[in-house]
Amino acid sequence: MPTFYGTEVTSRLMLGTAQYPSPAILADAFRRSGAGIATVSVRREAGGDLAGQDFWALIRDLGVAVLPNTAGCYSVREAVTTAQMARELFDTNWIKLEVIGHADTLQPDPFGLVDAASQLAEDGFEVFPYCTEDLVLCERLVEVGCKVLMPWGAPIGTGLGLNNIYGLRSLRAHFPDIPLVVDAGLGLPSHAAQAMEMGYDAVLLNTAVAKAGDPAAMARAFALAVEAGALAAGADPMDARDMAAPSTPVFGKAIL
Amino acid sequence: MKIIVNGEAFETSAPTLTALLEELGKGDAKVATSVNEAFVSKAQRADLRVQDGDRVEIVAPRQGG
Repeated sequence: MPTFYGTEVTSRLMLGTAQYPSPAILADAFRRSGAGIATVSVRREAGGDLAGQDFWALIRDLGVAVLPNTAGCYSVREAVTTAQMARELFDTNWIKLEVIGHADTLQPDPFGLVDAASQLAEDGFEVFPYCTEDLVLCERLVEVGCKVLMPWGAPIGTGLGLNNIYGLRSLRAHFPDIPLVVDAGLGLPSHAAQAMEMGYDAVLLNTAVAKAGDPAAMARAFALAVEAGALAAGADPMDARDMAAPSTPVFGKAIL
Repeated sequence: MKIIVNGEAFETSAPTLTALLEELGKGDAKVATSVNEAFVSKAQRADLRVQDGDRVEIVAPRQGG
């Protein structure tokens, strides 16, 4: 199992906690998924509402590690302040750093991301940057202290799968010793299996499970896909080739 | 004095951030705070003097992806 900042995780599946039809279904999906890490966020509470306290009790009962995010932040300052609030709230140095650069695609702002990651790493945070598969950006993120990289598969919430296989494969080849997690854009278990078959260490998803007709069943399907993909990667898959090659021996074939 | 709490105008005489949280019924709640876009830790709240026009953000754990 992968190790993130010195902590070995219990599953290669990381699951978000947003958009479930009910808290009970969220809890059921987590149980079926076996996910060891739950992503969470910080948000304002409206008026006298204390829904956040109930949510926190639910998460604690799941018995998983929490990875707070800075979702929705468009500036470095906003992301850094949100991370600081999240560290105090969730009592962890882990932060899934999002600095969004484009409202339609929710594409990370690479320049802001490096700046924020640098400031947070200096402040003792253990940064999980939500990034693109850009090799140069990822090199910079590692240089400023990121020990995990989380490139997107496709834009958040689209379910399109792995949009840039070449880029993701290049990243894996270039960073053999950095834990790599495909974060965002997965829609089907086969997308998760594909990421794992490519040698990725884990996947992080939310909408594909939460918005499925049966979230708990889909959570289980993703768990099996991740396990299958990781097993395949460890089994040294055959190389693809263009020309056919007979699998049945030609030698000894009857001449008829 | 008039301040902004989570984006909405609020009239208060609370001298400190700790007092403001108590006034809002969040004295014991698991929340994090910022004032004028700067993080204010739990330990700093009792010493943080609330001033007219301050922009206070109070956040709690929530669902996220």
